[in-house]
Amino acid sequence: MAIMENMGVVLALLGAVIAALAAGIGSSIGVGMTGEAAAGVVTEDPSKFSKVLVLQLLPGTQGIYGLLIGFITLTQIGIMGGSADISLIKGVLYFVACLPMAFVGYKSAIRQARASVASISLVAKRPDQFGKAMIFPAMVETYAILALLISILSIFGINGLAV
Amino acid sequence: MAEDQYLYAVARIRTKELSLLSASFFEQLLSAPDYEACIRLLREKGWEGGQNDWEEMLSRERQKTWKLMEELLGDTSVFDVFLYANDYSNLKAAVKGCRHRTELENVYIEQGTVPVDVIRTALRENRFEDLPEKMREPAREAQRILLQTYDGQLCDVVIDRAALEAIYQAGKDSRNEFLMLYGELTVACADIKTAVRACRTGKSREFLERALAPCDSLDLKELTEAALEGEEAIGRYLARTEYEEGAERLKESLSAFERWCDNLMIRRIRPQLHNAFGLGPLAAYILARENEIKSVRIVLSGKKNELPEESIRERVRETYV
Repeated sequence: MAIMENMGVVLALLGAVIAALAAGIGSSIGVGMTGEAAAGVVTEDPSKFSKVLVLQLLPGTQGIYGLLIGFITLTQIGIMGGSADISLIKGVLYFVACLPMAFVGYKSAIRQARASVASISLVAKRPDQFGKAMIFPAMVETYAILALLISILSIFGINGLAV
Repeated sequence: MAEDQYLYAVARIRTKELSLLSASFFEQLLSAPDYEACIRLLREKGWEGGQNDWEEMLSRERQKTWKLMEELLGDTSVFDVFLYANDYSNLKAAVKGCRHRTELENVYIEQGTVPVDVIRTALRENRFEDLPEKMREPAREAQRILLQTYDGQLCDVVIDRAALEAIYQAGKDSRNEFLMLYGELTVACADIKTAVRACRTGKSREFLERALAPCDSLDLKELTEAALEGEEAIGRYLARTEYEEGAERLKESLSAFERWCDNLMIRRIRPQLHNAFGLGPLAAYILARENEIKSVRIVLSGKKNELPEESIRERVRETYV
């Protein structure tokens, strides 16, 4: 069956799609949550727009990381051009390599959004503490970056494997 | 998650909290030379009116709070628990108005879950079915008592007990931790005050059983027995409950205890200042506004009547911010 012969590229593509999908969903939920809180603050005090906008955007980065992982995977497996002849083992490896970004991206975006909402409340009351308010949600970003890093290293590493 | 429903509302409330009256502002009010100076200070904070009638100013501030809640939530029925006291106070006024065939306008409170006109018409025309179900029986009984015995106090007891039961039940039904706490504290504090007053005026066991409303934090049998024994017994009983500190205040005076009850509520709701999710911060804001309105009333009436600063100060409640 043709699908079984091409299972490698199917799995690799599935990994790329899941990374973009899960991280994107997490980010859209997160940015939506922070957007609501930001709108609440700006309704009462429009001068705080720029400060709350930065906090609103923080949970949006996971979606970008997911897109990046998806894009790199597509380039590596030849879907964006070149040969898409991927062995089943390599397909499984690409799939697994995409998972850190998918899972961590989804969960960290939502948790970061909650930290951002709390920081938006902080900025609403103490706009002079904006720098500190930024740090709390930014801490969550660390784990999204770690997941991005491990996914990137894995994807580039798989290419050189003779399997 | 349900608590994510209120992100916009809580963020707006966070900004609104900046305009709540602080302890330092109350210090300024207390040290103002006279009533007019207090009104000037309040005007700077956006409180309007009050030149001749402070109640009109306070009523306007209360309306502002509820208008904001309507804007934020659309349906404010989740906060009906805060308005039941007003409904039952209006019911009391309507029952007495019917009995004396007089229509006093300024005794009714506009903020309530049942329109004032509905209550008045229901009582005037004996159309109790127009009232919400939980108000019908107390309204009927209070009217019967007043017509048959002319006992205004007993009439008040029946309605007050019904109000407390409604508040407690609404708190429980909400399944919101914060509103349950409000219901519990309101009923417990009211029961303690009733027990002390009943003890001082030598009321019977029957009166106490009729007046005290059940709640989780007080054992009504023990409280009744203590009230029949004397004030010291009430203090001893309270020392075994979470209201131990209140027992100390009771030794000073009933007004000191009332102040302690209000302060206890404010202390229990204060953690909501740091909560960015859920209904809690909105409910806490309503209570904080009610609390500051109460304190402003104390200061303004004290200044109008030229009471000494210290005497006013000891009645002013703790602030939320």
